[in-house]
Amino acid sequence: MEATVTHADTEGTVWGGGNKPLNATYGKMMIWFFIVSDALTFSGFLVAYGFSRFKFMDTWPIADEVFTHVPFMHGNPQPMIYVAFMTFVLIISSVTMVLAVDAGHKLKQNRVAWYMFATIIGGLVFVGSQAWEWGTFIKGEYGAIETKGGSILQFVNVSEANKQVALGDFALHTETERVQDKANEGIWFESEGALPTYTVSGVVEGFKEHENLRVRTQLLDEHGHKTILSREESLKKLENATYVVEGANLHRNEYGSKLFADFFFFITGFHGFHVFSGVVLNIIIFTNVIVGTYEKRKSYEMVEKVGLYWHFVDLVWVFVFTFFYLV
Amino acid sequence: MAHDSHKLAIFRGTLKFKSNQQKIFGVLIFLSFITVIEVVLGILKPESLLKVVAGMKLLNWIFIILTLVKAYYIAWDFMHLRDEKTSFKMSLVLPLLILIPYLAFILLHEGSYIFDVYHTGYIKWDF
Repeated sequence: MEATVTHADTEGTVWGGGNKPLNATYGKMMIWFFIVSDALTFSGFLVAYGFSRFKFMDTWPIADEVFTHVPFMHGNPQPMIYVAFMTFVLIISSVTMVLAVDAGHKLKQNRVAWYMFATIIGGLVFVGSQAWEWGTFIKGEYGAIETKGGSILQFVNVSEANKQVALGDFALHTETERVQDKANEGIWFESEGALPTYTVSGVVEGFKEHENLRVRTQLLDEHGHKTILSREESLKKLENATYVVEGANLHRNEYGSKLFADFFFFITGFHGFHVFSGVVLNIIIFTNVIVGTYEKRKSYEMVEKVGLYWHFVDLVWVFVFTFFYLV
Repeated sequence: MAHDSHKLAIFRGTLKFKSNQQKIFGVLIFLSFITVIEVVLGILKPESLLKVVAGMKLLNWIFIILTLVKAYYIAWDFMHLRDEKTSFKMSLVLPLLILIPYLAFILLHEGSYIFDVYHTGYIKWDF
């Protein structure tokens, strides 16, 4: 640097641009400012989630009852375990990233490459886990009924300690009363996805035949559990049944409040997209490390910058984990 | 580059590490420990922690505080903010520390107001 840059006599003076008040390079400062603005975006999403949750405080779904799926353990609900696993994957991949940065400071090309490789694998495992979680969330497990007012009714079995019951266990297969809307018949601009497996009348008739079934509403009691209605109240509630809900989409979901699934898709989706782009950036830098770009430059600062982004993704997940799954 | 000036002490200087690598693993153990506590509390939900303190369940306060502790160590040690100049640290952290609580306060307050309107008014709850 010294050899090529002509210094004006401003060198060393505070306002002449001669010193570095923040002692950080341009690139590093910019990735940090990007991270700050991205942190504000994420906090906007999470606060919006909080807003909607406060708005429907007494009816919001309980995350522990929604995210209970673990691969290869079907039908054996394990709250938290899978998300905890995802959190650990991300923390570990963060650690391998710091180790890569550390090895970069010592100009050890091979170690940087191996640590970055491990980071990429960690990122891919995380994105894959998230895809699996989305899959189970969209598919749903039990199914529910939506009433005229838009609230969700789930079904529990009182003789099995109020365990939730899937529609398929009791609904009758009646002839479908609804015809699937298609764009080429009826109203030309309206079409719909596949119809639910069961019809409303099939569910209601099946419910009437099984004495030990009860309706569980979304309303939380003072202990934070969902309210279970008596048999008579349940039958009365089912008179308003208008829709069979299976799984989740952006319009309705079987877990409860419509906004719950919307926020789930949006926040974890936006985070997952960050992880995905992080993996892509890591792969680019990893390639550069292997071909020796930074070895020639005698500086591994690019590894540090992409590392900052990667840690930020981990940082965001820490908050998503708390506000979506724990609180 | 070649600045090996890492600050190797965490917990306000009570725990010192010999090398940067050791510090990274030390922080990893600490973060894992906090996550394990969070997960165990999340599964057990002890009855004694469900009482409401300052408008929120005690358990939720614990979760949020543990999250902030985790965020601090990720930013300070993994993102090595600890090694940066104070002016740089503050120019990054202060905007977030001011804006996010402000935004959270306004929107959560508004959310609970709307909850009250739904709760005491005649409006059907979801539309």
